Parts: sequence; C-alpha cells; structure tokens
Amino acid sequence: MSGPRQARSLKRSLARAERRRKLRAFLLVVPLLVFVAVFFAAPIAGMLQRSFVDTELMETWPQTAAAMRAYDWAGGDGVPDETVFAALGSELASSFEERTVAAVARRLNYDLSGGRSLVMSTARQLARLEATPASWREAMLAIDAEWGEAETWAAMRRAAGPVTDFFLLQTLDRQRNLAGDIVAIPAERAIYLTIYTRTFAIALSVTLLCLAIGFPIAYLLASLPEDRANLLMILVLLPFWTPLLVRTAAWVVVLQENGLVNQLLQLLYLTDGPIRLVYNRTGVVIAMTHVLLPFMILPLYAVMRTVPPDYMRAARSLGAPPFTAFRRVYIPQVMPGIGAGSILVFIIALGYYITPALVGGAADQMVSYYIAFYTTDTVNWGLAAALGAGLLAATLILYSIYTRLVGGIRSVM
Amino acid sequence: MRGAITATERAWRIVLYVVSIGGFFFLVAPIFAIVPLSFNDGQFLTYPLRGVSLRWYEDFFFSGTWMSSIRNSLVIGVAAATIATVLGTLAATGLWLADFPGKRLIGAFLLAPMIVPIVIYSVGLYFYFAPWDLTASFTGLILAHAVLGTPFVVITVSATLTGFDRTLIRAGLSLGASPLRVARSVIFPLIAPGVIFGGLFAFSISMEEVITVLLIGGPNQRTLPREMFSGIRENISPTIAAAATIMIVLAIALLVTAELLRRRSARLQARK
Repeated sequence: MSGPRQARSLKRSLARAERRRKLRAFLLVVPLLVFVAVFFAAPIAGMLQRSFVDTELMETWPQTAAAMRAYDWAGGDGVPDETVFAALGSELASSFEERTVAAVARRLNYDLSGGRSLVMSTARQLARLEATPASWREAMLAIDAEWGEAETWAAMRRAAGPVTDFFLLQTLDRQRNLAGDIVAIPAERAIYLTIYTRTFAIALSVTLLCLAIGFPIAYLLASLPEDRANLLMILVLLPFWTPLLVRTAAWVVVLQENGLVNQLLQLLYLTDGPIRLVYNRTGVVIAMTHVLLPFMILPLYAVMRTVPPDYMRAARSLGAPPFTAFRRVYIPQVMPGIGAGSILVFIIALGYYITPALVGGAADQMVSYYIAFYTTDTVNWGLAAALGAGLLAATLILYSIYTRLVGGIRSVM
Repeated sequence: MRGAITATERAWRIVLYVVSIGGFFFLVAPIFAIVPLSFNDGQFLTYPLRGVSLRWYEDFFFSGTWMSSIRNSLVIGVAAATIATVLGTLAATGLWLADFPGKRLIGAFLLAPMIVPIVIYSVGLYFYFAPWDLTASFTGLILAHAVLGTPFVVITVSATLTGFDRTLIRAGLSLGASPLRVARSVIFPLIAPGVIFGGLFAFSISMEEVITVLLIGGPNQRTLPREMFSGIRENISPTIAAAATIMIVLAIALLVTAELLRRRSARLQARK
C-alpha cells in the first residue's frame, strides 16, 4: 500500500460522498420542481404559444391552406386562380356540413371586418349546391363579390398558419398591409397601446403615492426603538393580512356617494354636493395604493433599519443643513429600499385585475381585465395570449431588475 | 446630542409624525369603517346607523350560498395549503442542505408563481385543464391554489433555516441517528414555526384568491371571495359588511398567530 494511492482513493470516496449529499438535497427539491413545472410553467407556456400559433384555418381547410401556399402570389392582383378557389369551395361546403366552419369564420373575423358572415353565408350556399360548379371561382364571386378583393385574400393568407404575428402586432396597434409591411392600425381600431399606457400610468401613480405615504411611515418606524416599532408595525400588517376583497368592499363603502369621505368633505364645507370618488380612476388609484402600501413599507423599513445614524450625525456636525444632510447622506443609503419597494409595487400593480374591476369604470380597466375578457367573453384566445405575453414580458424584465437590486431569495419579503 | 436639535429639525419631526399618523389612519381606518355597518339595522351601507341589529349576520349564517361558499373556501384552502406546505418545506430544506448546479435558477423558478400576474396563470389553466376535465372542479382549484402558495412556504421555511445550526445535523448523524430520524427529531422541531407560518400564508393566499376561481371555477366551486366579488359588483348589501367583518376577525387571528410564531422562532434562534 503506497501513500499516494491511498490518498487518491480517499479523495475519490470523499468526492462520492459529497456528490451523494448533493444528490440527496436535490431529490428533496424535485417534487416541487415537477409540481411547478407541470401545473404552472406548462399552462403558461401553452397560453403563450397561442399568441403566435395559428392553426384553425389549416386544420379545418388543409387543402386550401396547401393551395394558398403553393400559389404564386407575386404575379397576380392578390386574388388567386381556380386551383385555390376549388380547394376552398369544396372545403367550405364540407366544413359547413361537419359544423367545423364556425371556428375559422371567427378567426377570419378578427382580421377582416365582416369575415364571419362572409365565410358562413358562402359556406351555407355552397353546401346547398346540388352539383359541383363548373368554376368555383365564378360560383363564389357570384355569392359574394368580397371573394374578388385582395384584402380578403390577404387576411386568408395571414390566417393560413402555422404561425402568425397577427395577434402580437395587433396588441401594438400594428398590422400588415397588402404588401406585407407593418403599418399602423386605423385609429378607430387602435385601442391596445392606450390600454398598455393606461396600465402603466395607473401602476406608476400608485407606486409614487405608495412611496410618498410609505416613506415617512417607514422612516418613523425605523427611528423608533424596536419593540415600539413592532407594535406600530401591526397597523401595517393588519391590512396586509386582510383579504383583498374585504379591503375593496371597504373602499366602495367609504368612497361611495354618501359614504364617509363625502360626508366628511361636506361637513367641512369643502364641497357642496357629493363628488364622485368610486367607479372612476380616483377610486382605483386610492384603493390600489391602500392594497399595495405594505409592499412599499416593508422593504423600505428593512433597509432603513440597517442605516447607522452616525453618517447623518457626521454630516450635521460638519455643518450640513438638515435637509441637505437628508438628501445627500440619508437618501443615497436607503436608495436600494426605495428601488426595491417601488419596483415591487409597480410589478404587482401592473397585473392588477380585481380592484379596477370592482372600483373602476369602463375607462379604468387594465391589461389583465382585457386578458380575462378576451378569454371568457369574446373567445379571442390569440389576442388574450398576445396581451398576456406583453404583460408577462414587462413583469419579468422588471423582476430581473428587482432581483439584481435586492439579490436573491431572502429579501423578497 | 439633545442640544443639537434645532427648531427646523423639530418642525420636520412634527411634520413626520403628522404625515405618518395620517398614513396609519389611511391604512387602518377604511377596514374598520365597514365593521359597524354590519350591525346596522337599516338597508343601506351608510352612516349614521339606524339602530343595532344582528340581522345581517343572521342573513349570512342562515343563507345556503354564503355557508356553502365558506365550506368550499375551507376545503380548497386546507387542501391547497397542505400540498404547498409539504412540497415547499421539502424543497426549502433541499435548497438549504447543499449547493448543487443550477440552484439559483431553480430557486428563481420556484418563486415565479408569486411574480407572474395571476390572470396570465389562470388563463393558462383555463386552456390546460380543459382536456383533463379539471376546469370547474375542486381538484383543479386546489392544484392552482397550491401552486400559488408554494413560494411563500419556500420563503418562510428558507428564512427559518438560515438561522439553523448545521452542526446539529452532523451531531445527530454521528450519534447514530438515521437521516430520517434527524429530520424528524432535530430539523423539524426547529423549523416548525417557519413551516406553520408558511402553511398559514399559503392558506390565506387561497382564502383571498378570486381570479383563478373566476376563470376556472364552476358554479359548484363558488368560494367566499367569489361570493363577495359578485356581491360587490352586483348589489353591495350589509350582508357583505357582515362577511367582511368576519374575515377581518379571521385576519386578526392570523396576524396574532403569525406574530407569536415569529417570536417563538426568534427565541429558538437566539438560544442557539
């Protein structure tokens, strides 16, 4: 037995033990990892792919999709010849009989106004034909002259799948014109950038208000002895633990036309009649600020607690006026807390749905509302998914900045 | 240093107190403003009260819809919190036990349910659960709420574990205890406050979650928040105030429990 060999084998068995320890630790994480992958990541990935995967037309009308792909569009006027019409005509008729046409009609309607009735009525009349027409093209043009328009066929080609940028472009108020260039959507249909801007504006005003109210509270708490701070902290934590719907209900009651706030304002002769504070933007911003305020106070307080008072004392003893010392010495030290709290509040506010839905009016709904609306009410899933992709992208970008600011898992709370 | 306080500083101090008191008032007053209205004898949710009565509580406790919504909430909340607590505690322990490749990434992934807007998640489930017949089912909502609760369990248990002395594990193992025995009689008693706190957190997340219920819940899964949502939206009645008051009392109970657990946990860590 030589020394070096023994040392090598000891090293190997140590490494093996270390590997086994790591494996055992990892195995404890696996159940949750699988759970989150299957019941969280997979559903979200499935939703996101709906924003660019577009297979309704090609699944219902496979020959039409193939014929459109094979046709040489470059030469003509944007309206295809008999080969494409023949494929479409027979598939319109057969899909009408199989009752699968409605999904494609709905899909075309997103892109082409009147697309649904065009498809449905043509399909109905073609299905009623007794003999195969000599020219499908002539037959369909006779049913509806829209089939001779380049616009109709441009929309058909955009829906031919398997992928599309139609929905994502639409959420940016953009579309492709006949030549395939990206252009602005006509003003009367351009609503999505407004929705995004509104969402950001509400989230920003809520964040600034939270900072304005939360900063003095956190500062006061940080300057008190710990036991008294903990006692006052209950006033911050009680709203935090009170369910969102209870707080929303409370605000509806307090802000309504003859609610406490209006009664108080009239008692103080600040207004003559009741002012409208609920079911509008004011109500949304007030209620959301209330709901999100603890998320600003907690990180601010955590950072302020760690700031030693010595620097401020030094600045003051060196002759800095209080405000200068505060601005130039204190604020830079608590900047990480300000950043973390603001981004946290902003991120949560961006995705808000319930509070605006209950306290806001029609013009105060945020992106989340439209995502749910397009999913359940108008069944425009591609658009819902595209809006979701936009919101998710904004959230994740901000979150990565946030983690860089506070660093990792510990400081999230 | 007393003498160094100038008049301006004192003025700022007063401003700070006034603004902070205003802030505290803003935080707490609206929540308590709704409580007396639940005892109002009148039909409307306005002050002044028209006499005291318990009729809205009677309305709440003897109505089939409210009672079944409480039952639904409790079933979903307890089941979801249990799943979240077991999975979250195991994962937090694993993340703390050893450094393995990709640990940071895994940690970030496990926290994602806390960050992603719930609407996006719910719409995803709306499509994902349909082929499995999990929409409009208790199982579906329990799974969804369990996912939403896990990050909070991971965070609270991780926080408890950072104060944990690793040599205790080695001591246990070297005295001949099996890893399972060490987990049961050394690790768990010490992290128990964090585990219970995390479970309570997951439970309260489920108890107030309404977006998933709106999107993937059916008429048989109407939970307490779901019932409140339609109440506030359609016809805000004093019964809502009664429901809100009961939930505020529950919130206070949770807050007190959480505070007691925090103290216990701090004491255990200080003893080390």
